[in-house]
Amino acid sequence: MIPAEFDYAAPRSLDEAVRLLSGTEGAKVLGGGMSLIPALKHRLSAAPLLVDLGRIAGLDQIALSGGRIRIGGRATHAAVMTHPALASMHAFAEAGELLADPQVRNRGTLGGSLVHADPAADWPAVFLALGGEATLVSAKGTRNVAADDFFESLMTSAVQEGEILSEVSFPAPTPRTGTAYSKLRQLASGFAIVGVAVWVRAERTGVIDDVRVGVTGVNSVPFRARSLEDRLRGKAVSGPALRAFCAEIAEADPMSDLHASAEYRRHLLGVFAARTIERAIARAQQA
Amino acid sequence: MALKPVMVGERIKRREDPRLIRGMATYTDDVKLHGLLHAAFVRSDHAAGRIVKIDATRAKAHPGVVAVFSFDDLRGQVGASPCTAILPGMKHVPHPLLADGEVRYAGQPVAVVIAKDKYVARDAALDVEVEIDSRQAVVDVEAALQAGAPLVYEQLGTNLAVHLPIAHPETERLFAEAHGTVSLRLVNQRVAPVPMEGRAVVAHWEDGPQQLTVWTSTQTPHGCKQQIAICLGIPELRIRVIAPEVGGGFGQKIPTYGEECLLPWISKKLRRPVKWAETRTENLAASAHGRGHVSQVEAAYDKDGKILALRGQTIAELGAYASMLGPAIPTFTHLLAAGPYTIQAVSWDIKVVYTHTMATDAYRGAGRPEAAYNIERAMDAVAAKLGLDRVEIRKRNLIPVGSFPYQAPTGAIYDSGNYQACLEKGLAKFDYAGAVVARDRARAEGKLAGIGIATFTEICGLGPSTGTAPPARAGTWESAELRVEPTGAVTVMTGASPHGQGQETAFAQMVGDAFGIDIDNVNVVHGDTDRVTHGVGTFGSRGLVVGGTAVHMAAQKVLAKAKRIAAHLLDTTEERVNVESGVFSVVGGARKLTFADVASAAHTWGVAIPGEEPGLEAVARFEPTGTTFPFGVHFCTVSIDKETGQLALERFVCVDDVGNIINPLLADGQRLGGIIQGLGQAMCEEVRYDESGQLMTATFMDYAMPRAAMFPRIEMDSTCTPSPLNPLGAKGIGELGTIGSTPCIVSAVIDALSPLGITHVDMPLKSEKLWRLIQGAAR
Repeated sequence: MIPAEFDYAAPRSLDEAVRLLSGTEGAKVLGGGMSLIPALKHRLSAAPLLVDLGRIAGLDQIALSGGRIRIGGRATHAAVMTHPALASMHAFAEAGELLADPQVRNRGTLGGSLVHADPAADWPAVFLALGGEATLVSAKGTRNVAADDFFESLMTSAVQEGEILSEVSFPAPTPRTGTAYSKLRQLASGFAIVGVAVWVRAERTGVIDDVRVGVTGVNSVPFRARSLEDRLRGKAVSGPALRAFCAEIAEADPMSDLHASAEYRRHLLGVFAARTIERAIARAQQA
Repeated sequence: MALKPVMVGERIKRREDPRLIRGMATYTDDVKLHGLLHAAFVRSDHAAGRIVKIDATRAKAHPGVVAVFSFDDLRGQVGASPCTAILPGMKHVPHPLLADGEVRYAGQPVAVVIAKDKYVARDAALDVEVEIDSRQAVVDVEAALQAGAPLVYEQLGTNLAVHLPIAHPETERLFAEAHGTVSLRLVNQRVAPVPMEGRAVVAHWEDGPQQLTVWTSTQTPHGCKQQIAICLGIPELRIRVIAPEVGGGFGQKIPTYGEECLLPWISKKLRRPVKWAETRTENLAASAHGRGHVSQVEAAYDKDGKILALRGQTIAELGAYASMLGPAIPTFTHLLAAGPYTIQAVSWDIKVVYTHTMATDAYRGAGRPEAAYNIERAMDAVAAKLGLDRVEIRKRNLIPVGSFPYQAPTGAIYDSGNYQACLEKGLAKFDYAGAVVARDRARAEGKLAGIGIATFTEICGLGPSTGTAPPARAGTWESAELRVEPTGAVTVMTGASPHGQGQETAFAQMVGDAFGIDIDNVNVVHGDTDRVTHGVGTFGSRGLVVGGTAVHMAAQKVLAKAKRIAAHLLDTTEERVNVESGVFSVVGGARKLTFADVASAAHTWGVAIPGEEPGLEAVARFEPTGTTFPFGVHFCTVSIDKETGQLALERFVCVDDVGNIINPLLADGQRLGGIIQGLGQAMCEEVRYDESGQLMTATFMDYAMPRAAMFPRIEMDSTCTPSPLNPLGAKGIGELGTIGSTPCIVSAVIDALSPLGITHVDMPLKSEKLWRLIQGAAR
């Protein structure tokens, strides 16, 4: 568990960070370091330079402004799951509580997790379901990428070399919406064997006006269960009917590994999707 | 006035903890020496194969690399990796310190790089080119016994290291006469001990004094000294082994490993101190594993559910080589096969088998958890066959009160016990009747709910050295030396070198009480072969039973001399001196002397004691005359999510009997840790190799350790049946939790699944496995 040699820089501003990053080929951004440092120690990754975002003032802020919840790229899991501005969006607290352990939650960051794009990380599902958007900064300027365009392939996000994720934002909660997250933890790593995040807008009657379902842990890339969303929109479904819909998510192309077979993942996806949707609808009906 | 003991029996906080939790303790990796070099091992990527080439050219080119060694450098200069349990008739090939032309498991050390720091050493180790012509490996222990299986050692012609058919003359007759029989195939999966601190070694050969000092994270510093001496041909009197702070062991640090012999050789060769601290992946891949038994267990019973006889076959994984005690571990599975029950005959056929995997050795319980698992599963199976309640069948089979010492058909002699009282207390604490009502109500609502039970005993404090214990070529005694200063302060030197048990606290309580002195006036020293001249170590729940008894004996010797000195000072005869909690007085007289008064006199401060040598000290060694048998009953309740197979442990209750307890706080800690470790095996832990012998569980991303969030508060209580085999009446506690908790939760899960007609599940109880069983039953 000894990494190869690397240089380290801790810039005080985003501009300086961008400059350092573009100045060294292969340089990597260090957020909380919860994935990058172990990867370096296991020599699964190497970088000539690590650019630490930890000393950039304001990058860890969480605030409601312009109708959006804005989460700084350096905000920790613990900050996200306990912030009052996010309290009514239960998926944040629920995902946070199921994520790793207190030590990791106090160091690791939501932004870093998204950029790392681990297929079994928790935040990608929440990011997808809650309609998030990432702000990426580089020497060339700033661009925004919607959650739906963010995850490209296994462990690969839309973040290009030289770019830093400076902010993640979500639409502020509106009436009659509810969110929820649930997962089955892999016993060793704590990552998701299946993780499902749901955002729903529902009538008091339970009729679903709109819904988004984000899934992690199942495919090699986190995804939106759009086929399920389409079948649910405009309907009031629960119980066995909902189970039946959830058992037929067309986008599912499950992985198989030491910890769970593809068949089990597919089955769990149906169970967890239904349970999470029901919880989110109940919340929407009360909101 | 008779003073009551003031410390023994009290929940005194561990005196070790302040330095540990404040980061002020010295572990092996904290040892820093002038000119220290660092070692990094190059380990085999293949489980089986011939080494074609080892090229260290590029590695040696790294600035800061001092040397690279492979087997060719050692040839003829060193012995083999130690094994002290080569059983009679065992097929055995000595295991080299570095691979000798062949590799036999993934992770086997092939070469070692020595550099100025650990970073350079690791960088260079990655540049040692090792070319291996790989062969087909055999990983599965049953497949290894098939004709035509790849052989771990071609020259042996078989993977069967040793076959131990242990037959009882009455078994076959009892089976023939039985009302019925059950037969179960039980897998006790291979697990990794995972101490918090991995193994680490610092070796320092000094050419001037011709002295070798080795710091190593071990449970057995004296045995390690002996094994280094044998392996390297250095006289023991030139070797000092220090086990500084040791961060857990669980049996994994009983063996002396190849690295512990190799680093001293390197230090001597380079005339520089050298350090190695394993990585977590090295610990998971190349430090001994535990368990790894596949057993067929048959029980014959009468119409009342009394088990008459057992017939078992165990295939035990030895791994790629015989670790220190590895081959002997399965013999305990036979010795304890009958558990706490009046079974008349036990026959057990044991095959110890080589595979292309890391070696197995003692792991918390070492053969006894496997035995308890076998008999408890069989007991539940017989209960199910006869429609008997699982508590009721145990009541019918438990060895009756008043039958002790009890000789089991395996030859084991159980020292003392009152199983019925322990069971009754457990039933009340758990509220068994209430738990049954709650379970049945949950079932009526369509839920999967179960109750688990295990009644068990085990074997602790092995002895005597000449006895039935496996031929470990080591004594099972323990030593203690007490040195009393003129002020009455006492240094206790114990050979029972701890690795987290709390001897510094428990032994200080005992000695403080014996002499009526404050606990802060007692210093317990351990883990240094120059300070503690002889010793064996801490394993097999022997720290208090054997090591503590030696301390007690040494204290009695000191007291005897102190009494003679007091008689002289009090101007009376020895017989008329009364000693109570360190206060010496004449029977019927008013004059009193404290222990400090006597200690100062013993050092001839102003007085001469006729007929006595100056000083006050004593050495004692306790040789057990037999083994102790702690026992207990564990209960739990579980629920299983029908849709996902997820298991939830809802309640866990234990009532244990370990005889007299010196410190209930330490005892609770030992039990709690043991219970969680046993539940860890049952619920999630599993070492997995793929078919080619690659370790798939080489990091904590894949090797699942139990986590606090998986468990409810563990409810603990005790009964007390002192052991007659030692003056403390202690029975041993370190492994007990691990022995009862594993079968207990499996019993609960099978109970939960029984309404579906499911009668068997193997560990670990992972959700997909349970879901598949539920799905299968639904079809």
